[in-house]
Amino acid sequence: MRRPPLLVAALLLGGCSGEQSALDPAGVHSGAVLHLFGLFFWICLLAFALVIAFLAVAMLQARRVDAAQSERTEHDAIASRLLRGWIVFIIVGLLILTLGSYFTDRNLALAAPDTGQSNRVPIRIKLTGQQWWWQVEYEDPNASQQIRTANELHLPVGVPVHIRLESIDVIHSFWVPNLAGKQDMIPGRHNDIELLPTRAGHYRSQCAEFCGLQHAHMALDVVIEPMADWLKWRAQSIQPAKAPAGAEEKAGYAYFMEHQCSACHSITGTPAFGTVGPDLTHFASRPSIGAGTMPNTRGHLEAWIANPQGVKEGNHMPYLAVPPDKLHALGAYLRSLS
Amino acid sequence: MSRRGEDPKALPRDGRDLTGDALHERLSLTWHTSPGFWGWLTTVDHKLVGRRYIFTALVFLILGGILALIMRVQLARPESGLISADRYNQIFSMHGTTMMFLFAVPVMEAMAVYIIPLMLGTRNIAFPRLNAFSYWVFLFGGIMIWVAFLFNVGPEAGWFSYVPLAGPEYSPGKRTDFWAQMITFTEVAALATSVELVATIMKQRAPGMSLNRVPLFAWGVLVTSLMVIFAMPAVMLSSSFLIADRLVGTQFYNPTEGGDALLWQHLFWFFGHPEVYIIFIPALGFVSQITETFSRRPIFGYPVMVLALVSIGILAFGLWVHHMFATGLPRLGYSFYTAASMMIALPSGVQIFCWIATMWAGRPRFTVPMLWVIGFIITFVIGGLTGVMVASVPLDLQLHDTYFVVAHFHYVLIGGAVFPLLGAITFWFPKFTGRMMDETLGKLSFAIGFIGFHLTFFPMHFTGLMGMPRRVYTYPSDIGWNMLNMISSIGAFIFASALLLFMINALVSYRKGLLSGSNPWEASSLEWAVPSPPPPYNFAHIPVVEGRTPLWDAGGTLSVVSGLRVEDRELLLTTAIDAEPDVREPSPLPTIWPLLAAIAVTALFIGSIFNPWAIVWGAIPLAATLTVWFWPKGPPEAEPVIE
Amino acid sequence: MCSRFLAGSTMMAMLLLSACQREQRQSSGQPLAETAPASVQLPSVLIAGSRPAPTDPRGRLYEGNAYFLNEGQRLFEQFNCTGCHAHGGGDIGPPLMDDEWRYGGQMDQIVASIAYGRPNGMPSFADKLTEQQMWQIAAYVRSMSGNVPKDVASSRADELASTPSLTRTPRQPIRGEAGGGLQGVAP
Repeated sequence: MRRPPLLVAALLLGGCSGEQSALDPAGVHSGAVLHLFGLFFWICLLAFALVIAFLAVAMLQARRVDAAQSERTEHDAIASRLLRGWIVFIIVGLLILTLGSYFTDRNLALAAPDTGQSNRVPIRIKLTGQQWWWQVEYEDPNASQQIRTANELHLPVGVPVHIRLESIDVIHSFWVPNLAGKQDMIPGRHNDIELLPTRAGHYRSQCAEFCGLQHAHMALDVVIEPMADWLKWRAQSIQPAKAPAGAEEKAGYAYFMEHQCSACHSITGTPAFGTVGPDLTHFASRPSIGAGTMPNTRGHLEAWIANPQGVKEGNHMPYLAVPPDKLHALGAYLRSLS
Repeated sequence: MSRRGEDPKALPRDGRDLTGDALHERLSLTWHTSPGFWGWLTTVDHKLVGRRYIFTALVFLILGGILALIMRVQLARPESGLISADRYNQIFSMHGTTMMFLFAVPVMEAMAVYIIPLMLGTRNIAFPRLNAFSYWVFLFGGIMIWVAFLFNVGPEAGWFSYVPLAGPEYSPGKRTDFWAQMITFTEVAALATSVELVATIMKQRAPGMSLNRVPLFAWGVLVTSLMVIFAMPAVMLSSSFLIADRLVGTQFYNPTEGGDALLWQHLFWFFGHPEVYIIFIPALGFVSQITETFSRRPIFGYPVMVLALVSIGILAFGLWVHHMFATGLPRLGYSFYTAASMMIALPSGVQIFCWIATMWAGRPRFTVPMLWVIGFIITFVIGGLTGVMVASVPLDLQLHDTYFVVAHFHYVLIGGAVFPLLGAITFWFPKFTGRMMDETLGKLSFAIGFIGFHLTFFPMHFTGLMGMPRRVYTYPSDIGWNMLNMISSIGAFIFASALLLFMINALVSYRKGLLSGSNPWEASSLEWAVPSPPPPYNFAHIPVVEGRTPLWDAGGTLSVVSGLRVEDRELLLTTAIDAEPDVREPSPLPTIWPLLAAIAVTALFIGSIFNPWAIVWGAIPLAATLTVWFWPKGPPEAEPVIE
Repeated sequence: MCSRFLAGSTMMAMLLLSACQREQRQSSGQPLAETAPASVQLPSVLIAGSRPAPTDPRGRLYEGNAYFLNEGQRLFEQFNCTGCHAHGGGDIGPPLMDDEWRYGGQMDQIVASIAYGRPNGMPSFADKLTEQQMWQIAAYVRSMSGNVPKDVASSRADELASTPSLTRTPRQPIRGEAGGGLQGVAP
C-alpha cells in the first residue's frame, strides 16, 4: 500500500517511459502537471503516513488491559488537542494543494501562444473527432498551404500548437498524455487546447471519452520532430497525391476511382473527393491504419481492405468483397501514396 | 381517547395487566405477518421488508461482480478476442449500473430500513406500506434491466450514458431506453425509503432521544435521506428528458435545435456526485457504531462527527462540475469546484481522526467488524487522497477518464462503503438472525479480501498514469500495460473469492451459527435491547433514553414508557428535537395493495419504453390501486398522549 | 397473484423476444450474404392495382432492425441524399415521406432505385455503395413514411428538426397498391 516501492517496481517494469504516458513528459504542459503531481503525491503521502501512524498507535495500545477512568479522560484531552492540530494540518495542506493547482493552471494558460508569450507563430490545427477516427486539418491563411490528413499529427519541437477541437457526432476527447491534459470534443461546441512539445519522438494519443463501439481503437499517432524534418513533411503534405506508376498501381488506381472507395475517401489530385472517410492523399507515410488499430504495412493494409469489419467491427468502412487480384493492386497503389 | 363512542375508561387499552409471555403473545398477535406466501406478499413489517431488500441488493452485488470478473478476464491479456466490443460495452455499462443503482444505494437504504426503527426504539418504520412498495418497485426495475441485458438490449453507453452517444441518433434500439427507465424505477424506490426514514428519524424516536443523543448511524441515514430527496429529482429530470428525446423526438440534448449535450452532464452529475455520498455516508454511520461498540467507549467527538456528516451532505451538492473539468467550461468557474472538492476532504479527515481517537482512548477489541473498519480506514484514506488529486484541474486533465479514476472510485466505494458494509453485516447478523457469523471464516474473508482488493486496484493508479483510458475492451500489446492488467485480473479473482467466502459464512452461520442472545457484542444502542431476531413488535414497551449510549447508561435495566395499545398497531410519535412524547399513531396492517400498485407502476414504466400512450393507459390501473391503498379506513386518528 | 405474474412475465418475455431481431447488431453482412447488386430483381411492369413480384425477404429483416435503420440514417446524410430529397420533403428529387412512389415503395424497389438509378435524375449508386448499405438506406427511407415498426426507428437525428419525429410519423401506406401496400410489414 505504500507508493514508493511500487513506483520503483513500475520503473523497473519500464513503466515510466512510454509512448502514451503522463509520466514521460515531452511537452511544457505535461511537464508542469507532473511537477504538480509530485507536490500532491508527497503531501498526500504525508497525510496518509500520519493516519497510519495514529492507527498503528491506537491498535498497538490495545494490549493495555483495563484503563482507569482518569487515564481515559486524559486521552480525551490529548485527542482534542490533536484534533485541532489535525484540522489545521488538513486546512494548510489543502490550501497548499489548491494554490499549487491554481498557479500551475494559470501559468499554463499564460504560456498559451495566443497571448504572444511565445516568440513563434503558433501552428493552428483543427481536429474533428468522428466515430472512430480523427480528421486533422492544418490551417493556413493561404488555402494552398492547408493540409488535410487523418489520424496523425506531425509537430515540430518548440513551436506552440493551437488545436481547435470539434466533433461531428458524439463526445470524444483528445489526449496526448506525453504532451498535455485532455480536452473533450463536444458536438455543438468547440474547445481549444494548446500544446508545446519540447522533445522529439513518436507518441500515441487515444480518445479519452467513451464514444461507442470502437472507442478502444480510436488512437492518433503523434510525431514530434526537429523543425527541419517537420518542414520537409509539411512541404510534402501540401503536394497532391503521386500519380500511379507501373501496371499494378494503375490497376489499383482505376479500381479505387471506379468503385466504392472514392465515394468515401478523398485523394487530392484525383477524382476521389469523398468526405465520409479519412483523406488518403499521403496514406503511405502514416504510421498506422484504422486510427491506430494496425501498423501500416502491406499485409495489414490488405487485411484491412479485405475485411475492415473483421479488424474493427462496426466501423463505418463496410465489407467490400474486393477480388483478390484487385486487392493487391489497391494495396500497391495506396502504398505508393507517400 | 379510544374508539369513538366508547367510554375511555372502560377498556384497558395498553394491556396494563399483561406482562412477560402473555404480553409477548398479545403483541405478537397484533403485529404478526401471516405465515406462507400470502404473508410474504403482504407484509409491512420493516424487518421482513428490510431483510429481503438486503438480500436482493446482495444478489445484484454478485451479478455485478460476475460482470467485473468477465471484464478482468478480457483485459488480462492485450488484444484478447474473448468478448466482442459490443458485448463488452454492455457488460461495463451493466456493471456500473448494477453496482451503483441496484446494489450500493439500495443496500444502504435496506440496512437503514431494518436497523433504524430498532435503533430508535419504535415498533415499525414510518409509512410501512410505502416501504413494501419501494421494495417491489426496486425488484421489478432490477429484473427489467437484467432481463433486457440477457436479451441483448442492455445499456451500452456506460452507467452515466452521456448524450449524444446515448441519444436517439447514436444509440439505436431500446437499449438506452431500458436504462433510462431503470433509473425511474430505482429513484422512485429510493425516494420512497428516504421519505420514510426521515419521518421515522424525526418523529418516531424513543422519548428522551433528543437530537444530541441520536446514534451516529441514524444521523448518517437522516443526512443521506435528505440528500436523496434533493438529488434524485435531478436525475429524474435528466432521464425523463432523455426518454422524451428518444421516444417522441424532443430536442433537449440536440445542440442544433437549441439543446445542449452538456445539459445532460450537469443534470446527471448534480445527482451523480451526491449519489456517491449517499452511498458513502451510511457506511460512515456503520463505522461509528462498530468503532464505538468495539472500543468499549462512546465515540470521541460526537458533536464534531455530527457536524462532519451534515457538512459532507451539504458540500456534496457543490462539487459536481469536477466530473466535467475536460469539457471546456470557463476556468474561473472550475477553480471554485476545485476548492469545494478539496474542502470536502476536511470533514472526512476529521471523522477518520475521531474514529482512531476512539480506538486509542478506548479498549479496542479486534473482532471481524473491527477488522473491516481498519481495512476501511486504510483503503478509504488512500481513495480520498487520490480524490484530492483529481480535484485539481490540471491534474484531472491528465487523469480523467483513465484507470487512475477507476482506481480512485473503487478505493472510495469499495473501501469506503463495501468494507464497512461487510463489517456491518457481520455486526448486525446476530440481531437479524439470532446467530453469530463464524469468526475464523470472517477473519479469513477479511484478509483475503483486503489483499485481493489492493492487488486489483492499486496497479490501476499506474495503468492510468501510463495512459490507459477507461472503457476500452482491449488494448495494444506494445504499450506496456500488460503486466499491470494481469496483476489486476488476478487480484480480482482473489477479491471475488473473499466475497464468496463471506457469503458462504453468512449462509452457513444462518443455519448453524452459535446462538447469540440479544447483545453478544455488549453494544450500546437500543436495537441490542431486544431479543435476536427481534419479535414482530420490536419493543414490548417503548424505552426511554437518557444519554447517547442507552444500554451502557442504563446499566442493566432500561426505563420504559407504557400506554400504547396492545390490540391495535400503534406507534409513539415524539417531538422532533427533544423527543418528548407527542401522539400515538396507528400503523397499517399487512396489505396487498403496495404490491399491486408496484405492478401497475411497472407496467406503466415498461410500456412507456415502447409507446408514449402507455403513460395514459397505464395511469388508470395505477390510479385504481392507489385509490384502494389510500382509501380512508376506520381506525382512530392519532391521539394525544394523556398525562 | 401467480397468474398475474405469469401473464406479466409472458408479456414481457414476448416483448423482449421480439427485441431479438430489432436489437441485433452485425456489420459484416452475415447472415444476409453479400452479393453483387444484380441480385436485386427489377420488377418488369408496375400496373396500378396489381401486386408486384414477391418481395425479397431481406426487406423485412432490414426494416425491423434498429441498427440498420440507424446506419441508413447516417448514410442518407453522408452520401448526400439530402441534396436532392432534403430530409424527406423533396427538393429537386421527389419527396420520400409521402404515399406516392413513382418507382415503387417496397424495400427491394427502393434498393433497385438506389442501385440502378432512375430517369429524371436519380443517379446509380451501384459503384458507390455496397448492397448492405443500400438496404440500410432503403429501410431508413421507408421509415420516413412511417412504414416500419414504430419501436425500430430512432425518434430524430441530432440535426435541425426538419421532419416530425420518426416515432410519431403516421403511416403512409403506398398509394395504389391493393391491401394498402403492407405486404410483409408489421404495423
